[in-house]
Amino acid sequence: MIKKVSKHIVQNEPLLFEQSSPGKWGYQLPPLDVPPVDAAQALGAENVRTEIEDFPEVSEFEALRHFTRLSTWNYAIDLGLYPLGSCTMKYNPRVNELVARTEGLAWAHPYQPEALAQGCMEVVAALERALEEITGMAAVTLQPAAGAHGEFTGILMMRALLESRGNPRKKILVPDSAHGTNPATATMVGYSVENIKSNSRGMIDLEVLARAVTEDVAGLMITNPNTVGVFEENIRKICGLLHDKGALVYMDGANMNALVGIARPGDFGVDVMHLNLHKTFSTPHGGGGPGAGAVAVVDVLKPFLPGPRLKRVGDAWAWNYDLPQSIGRVRAFYGNFGVLVRALAYVMAHGGNGLRQATLDALMNANYLRALLEPHYEIAYKAPSMHECVFSDDRQAKKGVRTGDIAKRLIDYGFHPYTVSFPLIVRGALMIEPTETESKRELDLFADAMISIAQEVEENPELVLKAPHTTRTPRVDEVRAARQPIVRWKPPQS
Amino acid sequence: MLSTIGAQSEEDLISYLPSDVRFNAKLAIEDGKSEYEIVDYFKEVAERNANGYASFLGAGVYNHYRPVLVDVVVSRGEFLTSYTPYQAEISQGTLTSIFEFQTMICQLTGMDVANASMYDGSSAVPEAAMMAVRVTKRDRVLIARTVHPEYREVLGTYTKHQGIPVEEIAYAKSGRLDFDDLKKKLTDEVAAVIIQTPNFFGLLEQVKEIAALVQGKGALLVVVFTEAVALGLIEPPREADIVVGELQSFAISPSYGGPYAGIIATHEKYIRQIPGRLVGETVDADGKRAYCLTLATREQHIRREKATSNICTNQALLALMATVFMTVYGKQGLRELAEQNLAKAHYLAGKLPLAFDAPFFHEFVVRPNGKSPEAINGELLTKNIIGGLPLGRFYPELKDCMLLCATEMSRRQDMDTVAASFRES
Repeated sequence: MIKKVSKHIVQNEPLLFEQSSPGKWGYQLPPLDVPPVDAAQALGAENVRTEIEDFPEVSEFEALRHFTRLSTWNYAIDLGLYPLGSCTMKYNPRVNELVARTEGLAWAHPYQPEALAQGCMEVVAALERALEEITGMAAVTLQPAAGAHGEFTGILMMRALLESRGNPRKKILVPDSAHGTNPATATMVGYSVENIKSNSRGMIDLEVLARAVTEDVAGLMITNPNTVGVFEENIRKICGLLHDKGALVYMDGANMNALVGIARPGDFGVDVMHLNLHKTFSTPHGGGGPGAGAVAVVDVLKPFLPGPRLKRVGDAWAWNYDLPQSIGRVRAFYGNFGVLVRALAYVMAHGGNGLRQATLDALMNANYLRALLEPHYEIAYKAPSMHECVFSDDRQAKKGVRTGDIAKRLIDYGFHPYTVSFPLIVRGALMIEPTETESKRELDLFADAMISIAQEVEENPELVLKAPHTTRTPRVDEVRAARQPIVRWKPPQS
Repeated sequence: MLSTIGAQSEEDLISYLPSDVRFNAKLAIEDGKSEYEIVDYFKEVAERNANGYASFLGAGVYNHYRPVLVDVVVSRGEFLTSYTPYQAEISQGTLTSIFEFQTMICQLTGMDVANASMYDGSSAVPEAAMMAVRVTKRDRVLIARTVHPEYREVLGTYTKHQGIPVEEIAYAKSGRLDFDDLKKKLTDEVAAVIIQTPNFFGLLEQVKEIAALVQGKGALLVVVFTEAVALGLIEPPREADIVVGELQSFAISPSYGGPYAGIIATHEKYIRQIPGRLVGETVDADGKRAYCLTLATREQHIRREKATSNICTNQALLALMATVFMTVYGKQGLRELAEQNLAKAHYLAGKLPLAFDAPFFHEFVVRPNGKSPEAINGELLTKNIIGGLPLGRFYPELKDCMLLCATEMSRRQDMDTVAASFRES
């Protein structure tokens, strides 16, 4: 039975371009208080465009209705559990949105005099300090814009350190369970990628790793807990293997939500890592971004951090550009500052104890779902789960139903699907991460839905294979979209 | 819940963690604070920043009015708290708005294809360079010194380890690209020539003439913009092969440097080389029009080490802000906005000693006689005005110059005060 949702009316809405009428606009500028300038005269007639062809022309209220109507076609955390594994879809506290809009912060220009930007610099410094404490690392840069950008920054620093020792080396090792960004990043820093096969418990195989670590290896990119939600129990030995050969350990911190307050990567041998502030630190995903990819490093990597860096001059903050060994900038200015404000607000609301409690709650919620679902779905690995649990569709596949189909049926039950078919090492993976901010009531509804779907697979697989049945838009033809790409609107041919 | 799991206490949930990795101390972070205390803290730190100053800073970040509707739309939880729209059936709102965004960026830039956003303008520059390297199978990149200096630094960071040598092209006396220097450096190994218009000095580059030279040598022309409002009025760089830009001007607050939204736009023939997410039109099972993410075989989650880029998370919510902004202003409004910017800047510039004489949009370089930029800025600060950007940090040869910007937000009386400060001794 579907308990969480019932049908309701949804508004249809054409594209903006299809409802435009000439001469409409939604905003009135104040009268010009200086003489008008003839554009053709000032810029040269050849530099002035006649018009922006087919650009929208609607009133303010039409614009508001348009986007409001579109918004109702979306699922969101604000509507319910969003159990995407690895993505950490937790509650986005609204006070964070409010403080990020504080006038003096939101309207601060990156080039305003440092004496008039001390507040912004203090926010950056405070968050750096908090993240150093949480990771157990020596220093943090907040410049990277997202996780993959953080990986890029981290691997560049590893390369710079190895180069300073005389040899940048050739390869980065990446477990076969890793996010796709890891190998893509290594390539962008000029390394070749060697995949490391996981063992039967979903973890790094020490013997396989030991054979792979040669003098050619610059480092290992490891996710811990890994993408099956399991803590790499040999992490100290793994780090030791790399360090013994003069190589470094990069940790993908996508799953740091499982570790905050209970284990620190800097304490167990990691040299450099990133944190996704839009995951662990609750800043909103916004339909795909923005994020922020803070990068933490141990002492030996500090000279290579991207610049500028904050420094204390007397009793004020200043930006230090004199960093001879720095890898350079990875983006303009100082980072996604507005996202940093939100992350700091999250840290402040929780405090040290609260952050640890959030981790325990996340572990509790994931293990609770695992316990409820294990009788009905095949758990991928028996090892204890941390903040997420990964099942395979082995049992359901016997009836011809795959993970993607179960995911689509979940939509009819009023939930966003889990992460489908990832990690790649699990055949037909269902990767479920509830996060700490879900109530028992919401988890029970989700488990009921999953169990009900498992029964449907047995009794009426067609029902699942054709899902979703109740959405405004049924399954879309993704193959067609890729075969004949239409990526912009064009006026109909007359 | 504990009994369902089969645990006695919460601590049992971490009992399998090896003791040598366990963190047993308490994090040295102050105890949790109430909402009121958090709001108060940020108000207090914000007071340590500039408040109530008029500003004439530009240089890639511009002070434009943000229509109220923008915040209303992006504060809706359905946009704010949704994930990347991989599940098309319950993400049509985000997908449709991105499709509209891509379309408007194409209309603005004169291109056929635009992606769903990049981190910002600066990081989109090396992505465009890498794209040009893939397309041309050549490896050298030329970039004009009139491209934003921090964008050039980012290009250097990205290309350093990919075997892509980068060389800079000088600017002429006019403050625009030096054609002689370009011709000298434009060899058969050049994959891309990167210029910016309006350039860092606010001047319009001669895109058509540069395109003819660059494409005549088989290289791609990459045109960068940092001021999207200019495209409401100036001819878009239709001759470019790739257009890269920053949309901060479209309702995104300066926010001390981010988050902003970058774009990459190009021609249809290069669609499979473009980095980042793309939304495409298709049909659903009922045959109705619908949208989904498409051409994912370019991306890291499918192609891994062979992907066009490692980018995953982008700037979707900021792109939505820009979309609402473009919708609210519309075809006429964006033009009028650009015309106001032009008028304000030309009013101020008319009173000041300009360093260059090429046509400019709303930024210009001033060379004060007998006074340093720092001295002028110091005087202006006492009148609650933040002046221009002294250029010495980025262009040692222009250490006696400053870059000023006026927008629709600049008031005549403040501009008169700025002009007066150049005259006073």
